[in-house]
Amino acid sequence: MAILSKEESKKLIDKVLAFSKADEMSVSISGDKGGNIRYARNSVSTSGQSANLSLAVTSIFGKRSGTTTINVFDDQSLEKTVRRSEEVARLAPENPEYVPLLGPQNYLETQTYNEATASIDPAYRAKLALDSIAICKKNSVNSAGFLENSTGFTAIGNSKGLFGHNQSTSIDFSVTVRTNDGKGSGYVVRDYNDVSKLNSGPLTQVAVQKAIASAKAQALEPGKYTVILEPTAAQELIRNMMSNMDARSAEEGRSFLGKKGGGTRLGEKLFDERITIYSDPMNAEIPGTPFVSGGGRPGYGDLLGGGGGGGSSTDGRPQEKVMWIDKGVVKNMFYSRFWAEKKGVKAIPAPDGIIIEGGNESMADLIKSTRNGILVTRFWYIRDVDRQTLLYTGLTRDGTFYIENGQIKFPVKNFRFNESPIVMLNNIEAMGKAVRTNGSLIPPMKIRDFTFSSLSDAV
Amino acid sequence: MNRRDFIQLTSAGAGALLLPGMAAGGRVIAAEALLDPGLDLAVKKRLADAGLNAAKAKGATYADVRIGRYLNQFVTTREDKVQSIVNLESFGVGVRVLVNGCWGFASLGDASTEAQVAETAEIAVQVARANIALLDEPVQLAPQKGFGDVSYKTPFTKNLFEIPIKEKVDLLLSVNGAAMTNGANFVNSVLFMVNEQKYFASTDGSYIDQDIHRIWPTFTVTGIDRATGQFQTRNSLGTAKAMGYEYLQTTPPDRITGRPTTLFNNYYDMMDDATLAARQVKEKVKAKSVEAGKYDLVLDPSHLRLTIHESVGHATELDRVLGYEANLAGTSFATMDKWKSKTFKYGSPQVNVFADKVQPGSMGAVGWDDEGVKTKKWDLIKDGILVNYQAIRDQVHMLGETESHGCCYADSWNAVQFQRMANVSLAPGTQPLSVDELIKDVKKGIYIIGYGSYSIDQQRYNFQFGGQLFYEIKDGQITGMLKDVAYQSNTQEFWNSCVKVSDQRDYRVEGSFFDGKGQPPQLSCVSHGSATARFNGVNVINTARKV
Repeated sequence: MAILSKEESKKLIDKVLAFSKADEMSVSISGDKGGNIRYARNSVSTSGQSANLSLAVTSIFGKRSGTTTINVFDDQSLEKTVRRSEEVARLAPENPEYVPLLGPQNYLETQTYNEATASIDPAYRAKLALDSIAICKKNSVNSAGFLENSTGFTAIGNSKGLFGHNQSTSIDFSVTVRTNDGKGSGYVVRDYNDVSKLNSGPLTQVAVQKAIASAKAQALEPGKYTVILEPTAAQELIRNMMSNMDARSAEEGRSFLGKKGGGTRLGEKLFDERITIYSDPMNAEIPGTPFVSGGGRPGYGDLLGGGGGGGSSTDGRPQEKVMWIDKGVVKNMFYSRFWAEKKGVKAIPAPDGIIIEGGNESMADLIKSTRNGILVTRFWYIRDVDRQTLLYTGLTRDGTFYIENGQIKFPVKNFRFNESPIVMLNNIEAMGKAVRTNGSLIPPMKIRDFTFSSLSDAV
Repeated sequence: MNRRDFIQLTSAGAGALLLPGMAAGGRVIAAEALLDPGLDLAVKKRLADAGLNAAKAKGATYADVRIGRYLNQFVTTREDKVQSIVNLESFGVGVRVLVNGCWGFASLGDASTEAQVAETAEIAVQVARANIALLDEPVQLAPQKGFGDVSYKTPFTKNLFEIPIKEKVDLLLSVNGAAMTNGANFVNSVLFMVNEQKYFASTDGSYIDQDIHRIWPTFTVTGIDRATGQFQTRNSLGTAKAMGYEYLQTTPPDRITGRPTTLFNNYYDMMDDATLAARQVKEKVKAKSVEAGKYDLVLDPSHLRLTIHESVGHATELDRVLGYEANLAGTSFATMDKWKSKTFKYGSPQVNVFADKVQPGSMGAVGWDDEGVKTKKWDLIKDGILVNYQAIRDQVHMLGETESHGCCYADSWNAVQFQRMANVSLAPGTQPLSVDELIKDVKKGIYIIGYGSYSIDQQRYNFQFGGQLFYEIKDGQITGMLKDVAYQSNTQEFWNSCVKVSDQRDYRVEGSFFDGKGQPPQLSCVSHGSATARFNGVNVINTARKV
């Protein structure tokens, strides 16, 4: 019951819309089912399963709107929910930033669903966990890992004839492996729509190797270093930067894209010309949702009045291929529908995932061409320090190594960094082949003059 | 998953925050429905018994049932506009069982019949049995006496949900108006109000009914210098409290004056704070950029709370010490050999840190924790020495103790309970010492108010903290505002540099809804008390950059 087909969703949405007496009405349904297993000290700690299904109705009178949600779908309950949303709407204050609902849209047929992932059961999750634990026991190291799978759907419809439906699956796996003396630590993380791409044993082996190799770390002086960031390390900093590409904040003068004296830096070359970043929901490696729905139930977008490009449950904008940064030049920012209408521009929503065009070099090639540098597996506890310059701080973790004359020489103690992705994307030396990392395609990156500001004793 | 992450980040960019209580995916309800009483106590007891009996019948040696109803109201505004008013309700049952030393957990939303709860308990037993093959260390559960039928309610005088929405909206719009009138370019303000109605029953013979109320009023004021393109923000100095709407009353006054800004204790004057914030953010844009170097830091409780949280609170969680959180939050430098030595100098002799779940108004204050243990207060650091950890029923045997500390929590009926941070507080100094006296012999220092950017490593050694307001101290005098300030230190070094803690008169309890931990992640409410404290010779960096 947690997953409704396109036909079932359409039928249910039409039924709800037929009850409406409001000026406009939007309906969204979302459901998901899945489970997880968590292990630590080479032993299971917790596991769980869940299933959710809910329907949200938003009624609109003029610029007043009211939303209610329900998870039982008999006619009487649905009608009651519609009446309730209408009552709430009449009592709500006017939203001066309200934008009328969209009419019918053309949505891309994105490939977010995979049958094998949808069929995962607790026994399969346990097997993937066991495969990971077995390798750690064999190597006399300690594992702590987490595996979670989900199958979900979102359907949206409104009184102006808009309808959309999307089913998706996901599997996320991560494991931290530590040596028993606590002196070495390694990490691997993967996410896919298709579980057949996930092989927890060999992946864990990589974390085991890093854990063993990272023991006996030596201290290097903090300072500016050439770094090779594995995709896991690079993605969070760049994704943080992308999340600051909201047009309204830029035009209000409170983002890195705001300009001295007013206006924005749209069209300016802010990065190295090798930096090209775009989003594409049809990309086979990172298929995206075809429309903006705020997750299908009242979410952050709703709570914030649909601000930014994140969208609300009544949004419905199609996701399309968008160029964000082309050869270092800022090409687009994302918009709320209100702000785009006010500015008379296309309301481009924030992307699902991003694609950074990388190169063809392998990690081995990047290392080989490095005279002196630091290889970073992962960053941790990244927080913004200055929103103006997008200065972030954080630390290296779970495998940091010194490279000399094209070879990994020895493990080094972890560093704290203070660096801006704007600076980082201007200091590009080379990029490898992009791989899927947390829903985005990110290449390993070699960057010069990356600022490490202090040492950490943490392993 | 990635979509959700992105939306959170996007929203944060708009000046908002991760919202508490969303983990359970609540349903939207009308404001007046927040006052519905929910299930009758007798019905809850019947449902719980059905779960406990089913679990025992299927072979569980221990079981607990949590029937949770979570009510949230969020009002968000910017400048002269209401952005949204959302009322959420989430209701369901979670059953945890112990079978052959292995935990199992299952939950069901909107469970309404005894048969449903019994079936949920049976699924929990099945999950436990399925996991036994993966179990190396059977659970040892500390004994706990049953309390029978008992209850706890957050003390308050004004029920959050009885206050009309209009009054809340009017307050926030007035706050925004005050900020704009005083020179702010933008202001976002939010009221978070949460009511947890939790019923806990266990095979130990406890039937515990708790009604917890919490509030957090907050805002962000932005100031921009158009000519230079520079902008700065100043966040609210209000805090999250386990109180009713009376936290927002302005009489009787409970404010601290005579400092560079007005500070608040048990009641918060949001208008006053927003007025000052608008003036200060303009000053901050033009403030002197700090010169990097060593400074004596004077840290207000509104700032120190986060440093305590990250460097002591998390470091002394026993599950982290043991490696159960290694894959995400990490482990801890405060290893058991250091505790066993009874000589590990976590801090200077001035540093006394205690944990508790009982301080009035604190976010962690409850009568019993989420596995039926009566809450209490205990020491973590005594005269600078590490003396204990935070541990729950399946961990205390590792400390040679037989009684849980009572800090087990789940953020929803559908989440399994585990060890969560209690309130962790720095005890005030025992000798009379005012903040003025604490500052007067600082030669080169910075007085920091409010918390800002924060980051700490996965074993809690190296950290970096910012703040909201920074004031330069020269020869015992506050001389002016600074900006671009962050300090870096190592936990043990930092707490050993603590030379003075002002006395009880300055002790304040500051709280948060957002202590995150676990996989899948759960949020927990926690407070940290302290008086203003001084730390000598801390490394301060300048965070300004040219891009």
